[in-house]
Amino acid sequence: MRVLAQLAMVMNLDKCIGCHTCSVTCKQAWTNRAGTEYVWFNNVETRPGQGYPRRYEDQDQWKGGWVRTSGGRLKLRAGGRFRKLASLFANPDLPEISDYYEPWTYEYATLIDAPLGTDVPTAAPKSAITGAPVQPDWGPNWDDDLGGSTEHGVADPVLQRLRDDLGVQVKFEFEQSFMFYLPRICEHCLNPSCVASCPSGAMYKREEDGIVLVDQHQCRGWRMCVTGCPYKKVYFNHRTGKAEKCTFCYPRVEAGQPTVCSETCVGRLRYIGVVLYDADRVTEAASVADEHDLYPAQLDLMLDPHDPEVIRAAEQAGIPHDWITAAQRSPVYQLIHTYRLALPLHPEYRTMPMVWYIPPLSPVVDAVAGTGFDGEDGHNLFGAIDSLRIPVEYLAELFTAGDVTPVRTSLRRLAAMRSYMRSVNLGREPDERVPAAVGLDGEQVFGMYRLLALAKYDERYVIPTAGIGQAHDLEGIATQCSLDVDGGPGMGGPAVAGGQGRVDLVSWRGTGRPDALFPTLRGGGDR
Amino acid sequence: MTTSLDLLLWGAAPYAAIALLVGGGVWRYRYDRFGWTSRSSQLHESTLLRIGSPLFHFGLLLVIGGHVLGLLVPKNLTELLGVTEDNYHLVSLGMGSIAGLAALTGLAILLWRRLRVPAVRNASLRSDRIAYPVLALAMLAGLTTTVLDNGLRGGYDYRETISPWFRGILLLHPQPELMAHVPLDYKLHVVLGMTLFALWPFSRLVHAFSAPVHYLLRPYVVYRRREPGRVGNRATRRGWEPVDR
Ligand code: HEM
Ligand code: SF4
Ligand code: SF4
Repeated sequence: MRVLAQLAMVMNLDKCIGCHTCSVTCKQAWTNRAGTEYVWFNNVETRPGQGYPRRYEDQDQWKGGWVRTSGGRLKLRAGGRFRKLASLFANPDLPEISDYYEPWTYEYATLIDAPLGTDVPTAAPKSAITGAPVQPDWGPNWDDDLGGSTEHGVADPVLQRLRDDLGVQVKFEFEQSFMFYLPRICEHCLNPSCVASCPSGAMYKREEDGIVLVDQHQCRGWRMCVTGCPYKKVYFNHRTGKAEKCTFCYPRVEAGQPTVCSETCVGRLRYIGVVLYDADRVTEAASVADEHDLYPAQLDLMLDPHDPEVIRAAEQAGIPHDWITAAQRSPVYQLIHTYRLALPLHPEYRTMPMVWYIPPLSPVVDAVAGTGFDGEDGHNLFGAIDSLRIPVEYLAELFTAGDVTPVRTSLRRLAAMRSYMRSVNLGREPDERVPAAVGLDGEQVFGMYRLLALAKYDERYVIPTAGIGQAHDLEGIATQCSLDVDGGPGMGGPAVAGGQGRVDLVSWRGTGRPDALFPTLRGGGDR
Repeated sequence: MTTSLDLLLWGAAPYAAIALLVGGGVWRYRYDRFGWTSRSSQLHESTLLRIGSPLFHFGLLLVIGGHVLGLLVPKNLTELLGVTEDNYHLVSLGMGSIAGLAALTGLAILLWRRLRVPAVRNASLRSDRIAYPVLALAMLAGLTTTVLDNGLRGGYDYRETISPWFRGILLLHPQPELMAHVPLDYKLHVVLGMTLFALWPFSRLVHAFSAPVHYLLRPYVVYRRREPGRVGNRATRRGWEPVDR
């Protein structure tokens, strides 16, 4: 057993109102630079819908993640090592900018500069990449809230699979459709195929907290990671020629603060906590034969932080004491493991993702309420969960590789909680048979309720700070920032050794002498 | 007889080029690792790149292999191994023409793409304006020597002159006189080649130095520990450019 600690996230989809605040604050913090105009480390997509980049879930096309060979070993779907090297010169499976969207801005200046005349000046759209006039026909969240879904929604790869494999048709007519929002960041996988795809070895998983980063000084722009990630959460900065990705806001997290997307989430639906897992068994768990076993296998990897043996092994592995206690209080572990509410996104990619989702019950409640029945009644809801093939099967395609049982369990538990707590709130005698029907007792329902409905900041985010022995350094964070490295926000490049600067010939405009062009004499070096 | 121009071109210039190649490489690695990348433009345009780039690179790798064979392996060694001059000539002419043509065609596609696809053109570097012409001309001159001197004109045995000169340079025993009387197109090709080496570390060509062969040997998933003292360290700023188009 090799115990490692991982910072993981759970999102409660029922609470997401699709406001995109998380996306915008994330973008303002990390990707508001030239070269990353099209990049959203955090994006919120309407499901059913194509997602971002378009149809990223269609791995027949994009070749992300791992596949299990007939011999039971794991292989990158895009091909093994030799294949990767042979396709370095032109990656056959790379999305183009139009698969994301061509970023654009507007000629705002003409609004002010236009000569006096009778016409009202307009701000015409222009490409943010070439400056040429464009007519946007796709953009971030083009199909938000099912907009244009009679046209675009049918292209959802998950719906397509339901249609082809199960013969399930989905209606896009108003009043018969369903939808929910899916906020996505990098999954900081336990078995990251992006890392495995990087020929330079520039991508790595941090041992201390499991955050997956790109070393900006080692990345050589071979752009294989973009293909490797099945969630398409590594992006190519076309200005710097390097890969960038969600950093789990490590400079914040190191100081014990939640990520920007969590901090600003309007629905307060994100949870961050520590999960201990057994690194020795990751490959084994990721290679189970039946895709339906991937979710249980990943559950099994996560270690019980209260088990004395686990604690001992964790201490031996050098995990600091406050990380172990954080794991014991981890809201993420409870939602994933104790209550079995949260589920992984697309476990069938075999990357062992670590951002999990509590599936939304709202589409079911809405459907029940729409038929004139009490949408909060436990028995109505139980019945509806089972009889509504959509969205349960749709959710199962997203979260459990198509196995409806765990999704149904999670939804039934959520329904039981609603019904039970409503009785409590209305001062009625709660029906103990309701939680019993889903394998819980009243006390556990209260625990769930506390976590899902009441949990304050400190309970939603249980984040131990980085390196206790470095408390001294941490003081500096208030005035300094560990993001202040080349290429912008904290992409994990090594810190500069004292006095040794760097200069980028590429971004140098040729005027003046960049500070670090030449080595400096002893003493005068530190800038 | 060697003129002072010969001395300069075939005695001094090679060392200047090597100095720039090595020194520039070290300098760039130390001070501009962030700029050390293939600068892929595939995000902007994929169709043409998928034809041009493999054609160019695979052709070029063959050409480089041919140069190693022709320049570094002494003639008497191949003869010792039983390769006759005629056979060698035939193979080098055949393979050289095919590989050179492939590389040049690939480069033509890449150049066309770079000039005509607006997003790719936009993503070009100032250094490209020198690197691409020098690269193209060097390859053109190289193909000319193969096709013209070795093919149409019947054959020029550069392994009697250029190859020993090249090895002499590497062995710190320059013999500029060997180069004094080689055909003009060879001279041109060598000069352009030296220019290319001198430009190498300062252009996008540096990516060739980091061909990631070690990928074949390392484990798939890389773990790293946070660097001691990394938390809260202050480092230089760069890459924060406004969207200014
Ligand atoms: C074996 C080592 C090499 C590897 C792995 C390699 C790989 C690459 C890659 C990934 C690109 C980016 C293609 C894209 O836009 O996506 C590229 C571009 C390029 N490479 Fe190489 N390369 C190698 C050797 C060379 C050599 C030896 C030269 C020239 C002497 C060269 C010249 C170029 C040029 C000129 C481009 C720019 C193409 C364009 O977009 O116009 N490469 N290379
Ligand atoms: S989700 Fe993140 S860690 Fe997982 S493969 Fe993609 S980029 Fe890598
Ligand atoms: S901020 Fe929260 S509620 Fe709003 S879209 Fe993001 S995850 Fe959903």
